Amino acid sequence: MTDTVGKLDVPQKRALLRTWTGQVLRPAALLVLPLAALCILVSLVGASRLESIMTEALIYVVMVVGLSIFIGNSGIVSFGHVTFALIAAYASAWQTCCGPMKGIFMPDLPAWLLALQVPVLGAAVIASALAALVALLLGTMLMRLSGTAASIALLSMLFVFKTIYENWQGWTAGQSAVVGLPTYVSLWTAFAAVLLAIMIATIYRISSFGLRLRAVREDEAAARASGVNAWAQKLIAFTVSGFVSGLGGVLYGHFLGTISVSMFWLDMTFLTLAMLVVGGLRSLTGAVVGTMTVVVLRESIQVFERGIAVGDDLLKAPEGTREILLAFLLLLVLIFRPEGIVGEREAGEKR
Amino acid sequence: MNWLQLIVDALSLGGAYALVALGIGLVFGVMRMINFAHGDLITLGAYALVVPSSAEIARPFIGDLGVWLMVPMIIGFVTLMMLATERFAFRPLRAHNADGASLLIASFAISYLIQNVILFVHTGRPKSVNILDSLSGYISIGDVRLPLIDVATVAATVVLFAFVIIFLGFTRPGREIRSASEDFLMARLLGVKANRVIAYAFAVSGVLAGAVSLLYVAKTGVLDYRMGVPLAIAGFVGTVLGGMGSLWGAMMGGLTLGIASALLQALLPPELRASRDAFLYGLVILVLLVRPQGIFSSSKRLERV
Repeated sequence: MTDTVGKLDVPQKRALLRTWTGQVLRPAALLVLPLAALCILVSLVGASRLESIMTEALIYVVMVVGLSIFIGNSGIVSFGHVTFALIAAYASAWQTCCGPMKGIFMPDLPAWLLALQVPVLGAAVIASALAALVALLLGTMLMRLSGTAASIALLSMLFVFKTIYENWQGWTAGQSAVVGLPTYVSLWTAFAAVLLAIMIATIYRISSFGLRLRAVREDEAAARASGVNAWAQKLIAFTVSGFVSGLGGVLYGHFLGTISVSMFWLDMTFLTLAMLVVGGLRSLTGAVVGTMTVVVLRESIQVFERGIAVGDDLLKAPEGTREILLAFLLLLVLIFRPEGIVGEREAGEKR
Repeated sequence: MNWLQLIVDALSLGGAYALVALGIGLVFGVMRMINFAHGDLITLGAYALVVPSSAEIARPFIGDLGVWLMVPMIIGFVTLMMLATERFAFRPLRAHNADGASLLIASFAISYLIQNVILFVHTGRPKSVNILDSLSGYISIGDVRLPLIDVATVAATVVLFAFVIIFLGFTRPGREIRSASEDFLMARLLGVKANRVIAYAFAVSGVLAGAVSLLYVAKTGVLDYRMGVPLAIAGFVGTVLGGMGSLWGAMMGGLTLGIASALLQALLPPELRASRDAFLYGLVILVLLVRPQGIFSSSKRLERV
């Protein structure tokens, strides 16, 4: 077959083009364009508070899309993907952090790394690639597992890395925060990352790898009997999702300008997982819809937490309301609509 | 450290971990679900000792009532809360045919919910509380001084194990739990009621969690809204070590884990001690990979996880 590559005849070219426009560009555009419209709207309004909410939302979209690449196609619930955000965020800090302060926060970095100042874009790619590499190496072992055992092993992975990073004083500043990262992540940088993440996820989804992994998800025995190597397929998804989750972590660090190990912990695990479940565990569209839904809910509750004037009174919800309501929301979704808002559908996909 | 002290120390930690592992294992047996919220119910029991308030100094509430009231009240409270999670979350989930993934995420959500309710009511500041003051002393054997609380923990563990063994072995609910753990569908066909046997398992799990609340607070004297998380993790490790679904294995797994961590704590060079937990969690992954049926299970049963 290889000899025909490069000299496709006209019908083949058309078919290829149709695949790209119909199965990649169209679904991706249907996810990205509404977000683009939102971004334009937000930047036209020009309120800086709104802009930062939207930027943060887009960063969560990247993380949740990363999570969805793995969970959506493999059906394995991962409690460990925050690990990759953690790894990549610190890897980016090692490359771009804060000039002379770098040696004070992270004195044990090798001299070449201390002296190095990588441009932020390059650093983001290298850092995410490192996360993907870690995913690949750990995945060779972890992806032998499935179901509950895999979920527990992935959670254990998060605990291992959290413990290591908290005690790796000279590289990570231990339990204290690293501050002064370049804050280059604006609304449109985050949007560009979302575009990239969604393209990666869509291409993976329609690729034969995605198809094979979903076959494993539906019936591992049958898929294996049809010649699918379940381990390898899980591993590919794990690696790709490690890259995208890592990218999310990098963006988060450079959005806040500060990172600490405790940021990448159970709260973030819960939040990103809740976003995915609310939207739909099995769908990329669900990842995007769920993230935006949860962000809107959280922000509206936060408005109440700051207080709303009703006549002469201040109607004020106590702080912490939104976490409790989010947990309730997640439970309700799990009980009454476990397939999430969009179920298994994808935007722009013919049924 | 004297060897006798070390043994008592190891046994007391191992006993506490075994109680947690057994609690998680009981529920896993009948529902095939790792209950993430188990640790947070332990936290809930600990916080029930003090008056709910955001004040910095904790005022004892149930914790002030004297042992004979306090112990049953805390254990009863945790058991009730455990049953409530079953009744209002897991039962509706099962009624809607939730799959394993949904149950797992739901237990994670309940864990998060409990943590944030405690945060909401009590704030995130750690509080100190003294209970069971009579256990704060030491027993002297020759020139060795053993903390009374550790000895009491070992004793309590033995008593609770005996209770669980008698319950599982010689009562009807206990037999139902064991048969449902063996084969849920078959047990149902033979007349075990699904909802009831799951509620039994949650109830026993709650009794064990309540006991751990008391022992843990008596030892540390500190309340923190995430204090249950490391305990729950130890419990998962224990159940995994013991082979998921095997109750005896869960006990042995928890015990081994506690003994191993106490020994590591004493014997590891100081610079590695802080990373001790990384070894333990790494151990879980290793066991899952190498012996998914657990290190204590000898049966040739098919992999059930």
